[in-house]
Amino acid sequence: MDTFGILIIVVKVVLVFTFTLVGVMAMTLAERRIAGFIQYRHGPNRVGFGGILQPVADGIKFLLKEDIIPANANKPIYLLAPVMVMVPALMTFAVIPFGAPFEMGGRIIQLQVADINIGLLYILALTSVGVYGIVLGGWSSGSKYPLLGGMRATAQLISYELAMGLAIVGVIMISGGLTFNQIIAHQQETGWNFYKQPLAVLIFLITIFAETNRLPFDLTEAEQELVGGYHTEYSSFKFVMFYFSEYANMITSSAFMVCLFFGGWDIPFVDEVALGGWGVVLSVLAFGFKMGMFLFLYIVVRWTLPRFRYDQLMRLGWKVLLPLALFNVFLTGLYMTWFS
Amino acid sequence: MKTAEELKNFGVIKTEEMVLNMGPQHPSTHGVLRLKIKTDGEIVSEIEPHIGYLHRCFEKHCENVTYEQVIPYVDRCDYLASMNNSHVWAMAVEKLMGIEIPERVEYIRVIMAELQRIASHLMAVGAMGLDLGGITPITYTFRDRERILDLFEYVSGARLLYNYIWIGGVAHDLPPNFVQHTRDFLDWFEPQIVEYDRLLTYNKIFIERTADVGVLPADVAINWGCTGPVLRASGVAWDLRRAEPYSIYDRFDFDVVVGKGEVGTVGDCWDRYWVRVEEMRQCIRIVRQALDQLPPDGDVHAAVPKKVRPPKGEIHFRAENPKGDLGFYIVSDGSPKPYRVKMRSPAFCNLSVINEIARGWMISDVIAVLGSLDIVLGEIDR
Repeated sequence: MDTFGILIIVVKVVLVFTFTLVGVMAMTLAERRIAGFIQYRHGPNRVGFGGILQPVADGIKFLLKEDIIPANANKPIYLLAPVMVMVPALMTFAVIPFGAPFEMGGRIIQLQVADINIGLLYILALTSVGVYGIVLGGWSSGSKYPLLGGMRATAQLISYELAMGLAIVGVIMISGGLTFNQIIAHQQETGWNFYKQPLAVLIFLITIFAETNRLPFDLTEAEQELVGGYHTEYSSFKFVMFYFSEYANMITSSAFMVCLFFGGWDIPFVDEVALGGWGVVLSVLAFGFKMGMFLFLYIVVRWTLPRFRYDQLMRLGWKVLLPLALFNVFLTGLYMTWFS
Repeated sequence: MKTAEELKNFGVIKTEEMVLNMGPQHPSTHGVLRLKIKTDGEIVSEIEPHIGYLHRCFEKHCENVTYEQVIPYVDRCDYLASMNNSHVWAMAVEKLMGIEIPERVEYIRVIMAELQRIASHLMAVGAMGLDLGGITPITYTFRDRERILDLFEYVSGARLLYNYIWIGGVAHDLPPNFVQHTRDFLDWFEPQIVEYDRLLTYNKIFIERTADVGVLPADVAINWGCTGPVLRASGVAWDLRRAEPYSIYDRFDFDVVVGKGEVGTVGDCWDRYWVRVEEMRQCIRIVRQALDQLPPDGDVHAAVPKKVRPPKGEIHFRAENPKGDLGFYIVSDGSPKPYRVKMRSPAFCNLSVINEIARGWMISDVIAVLGSLDIVLGEIDR
């Protein structure tokens, strides 16, 4: 690979990495401001203009806090757990194309860090690794509430991941590929997947809420029951790593949702590639807008609904979502056999 | 060949029980309650409430102050229902002394007590939602509770602990336009209850979490001395305002709300929650009637005794507090200070039943049951 190729990759990595970091910061602020709006209060509006520097202030505060390791903790695993959560959270965005490809210096540049041929499986695999961090963090804290949180994470993992995987199978079947570029190209040609796979959209939407530990499925944290669950004993920057990963996962799963069902960076009835430079900018903006809608949904749902009990989540996962997802695969198969 | 005992437990994996200490510092124990919970995984096998973290010798303290000076302490017992508490205390002492209260004072007291009941139930309803993970409802109930506190501030100058109801009267007459302000509040507040219904009461997840959970049968409730909304949710129509009308409650038209098991079993957590929501509607009715009937003038200090020195004797008086039957047993030796005071705390009895109804459920359900019992530690520990 020549110097130019390497440079492009470095730029893309830095771009995506920065985007995730800034995105998380913006999300924490957006969440608190929107929560304030929903709850008849202001939310943080003092640091910087309209509270815009609040995430920076929070970051500094967390860095300056004392870093506590409980006496009962299993130290190596206790230290490893936040890393195991944060690294996959930062890595998952790599396979997501966030804009239309364009030509520069005689070569086609994909706005995507790595176009690997198993992009979907890569995301599913990495997000599952993140759950191990939660389980291990809860177990290694040497305290009872985190232990219960870790236990719940295990139960939650097995109850939603199957349905999530099966919901995606329908999309893979109709688009005939495991890479995001194939899926998006297929949607550009034949229309977005969300109306072709309505059941899958619904199942996937529910499971990504469970995936990112957000209300109504934030059983592993469950502040009112487990005082914070798996991260009860974590403080200072190790806590930030858990917190950060939660928001990074939200961003990634929204992007995942957009790519699978809402056409990725595609704008309907517009040929982005033909528009040249402006087309690329527009496509990136469209992608950001669609993602923003789901992030907003995440926030609104969190501040509206109560929480499920964990056996209810398992019942929902196994008895409702899994059969529905299987049924969806079956329907998709039937459709493809008869009509194509 | 397996024995009968082995067959019965076949497939049941017994694990070591874990003792989980919930509280005194825990987000959902409503103060400084400590629950010692024996769990098998998440299933709770035994709950032992440990109380006393907020004990401040209320009863002993009363023996060292005069009857009027007890009122601030009574206010601080159930700090979410100060008006009701001082109302009961004042009525008990008045009965001991045989004081007749002017009409206007009675109406003012009833208006205060019922507004306070709404405020207390608002807190219970919001906190119940909070316990189940819905963080927003409590901000709405607090918004409405603030307006009641504004009214109290207008009347008494204080927002939480009023010292407003005196023995034989009230501290001040109603300020100008108070009646109009209260009417405005009621007109504004009544539609808000519909909002709570939409947001929380008939929310599918909320119903999933509370229906059929922690069912308290009527006989168990009576055996454990449960009163107030907790007892009424189990289907027993026992409200002291109706059963033993005190003050002027026999003049008002209101319904005693009883749990119907609308979404589950009679006496489940949802019923206990719903009874409070419905009672707020009844309180609005009572306050409206009291405002209509309120005598236009009268000296609120007319019956206030120069010296509170009850004759030798003893009295037990009880009345309906938002949490249940609040009773005072007072022994007087003829001096300005009570010889002995015993307080019958409703939340204490309501809390004691938790092991009966939350046993066998999950940790999350213990939180739901605790929220539905609506305890105030200031009153339990005294």
